[in-house]
Amino acid sequence: MDVTILLFASIAEKAGSRKLSLPSEPGDTVAKVRDRLLERFPQLVDSLPTLLYALNEEYVKEWEPVPAGSTLALIPPVSGG
Amino acid sequence: MLIRVTDEVLRPDDAVAAVQTRASGAVTVFLGVVRDNNLGRNVGHLEYDAYPAMAERVMREIAEEAKARFGLEDCAVLHRTGRLEIGETSLLVAVASGHRAESFDAGHWLVDEIKKRVPVWKKEVWEDGEAWIEGPESLGMQQAPAGMREV
Repeated sequence: MDVTILLFASIAEKAGSRKLSLPSEPGDTVAKVRDRLLERFPQLVDSLPTLLYALNEEYVKEWEPVPAGSTLALIPPVSGG
Repeated sequence: MLIRVTDEVLRPDDAVAAVQTRASGAVTVFLGVVRDNNLGRNVGHLEYDAYPAMAERVMREIAEEAKARFGLEDCAVLHRTGRLEIGETSLLVAVASGHRAESFDAGHWLVDEIKKRVPVWKKEVWEDGEAWIEGPESLGMQQAPAGMREV
């Protein structure tokens, strides 16, 4: 089973992708999946300090588990309104 | 409770009709509209990106919280996505309550929370370039090292 990754706005532009899959690994957390994503897109490293994460459409912390089959979104600082 | 992320034009009348009840003595409408300038730059137009499913979920959470906190009759939150020209409405909030004070207070609170939490992003497009805006009020910026907040 994979983890689906969603990218938006500046992050999507830097990565050149809005949606991709990464193979799930036992014991995955938000931080671990994020770090595997960074190996593929090292250009995202500068965005890390302000990045939030959403698992299956809810904000989560970096240490929370990521079950196989879930959707992890990288959320840069929002600017709606 | 009308909650929507859409690429279609936002119409205040639709939101007012959706929130008004027979017990409402006040309806407040807030429109966030596209301005032709920001931080000294001339803005040509804006492009909005969103995580629509999550944005609607968070907008609903905020609206439910506002309804309980301010004792509202009802409220509506709509956000537009895609390309918006100067003067167009990007955010529409409508609040109905028994009396005016709750409507005004709730409207202000709702817009503040939306700007902090809802996963929507704007890109400014100028004559000579463009940039994604990272909102100074967003939760992401609040966790940033102090130096990064001075954008």
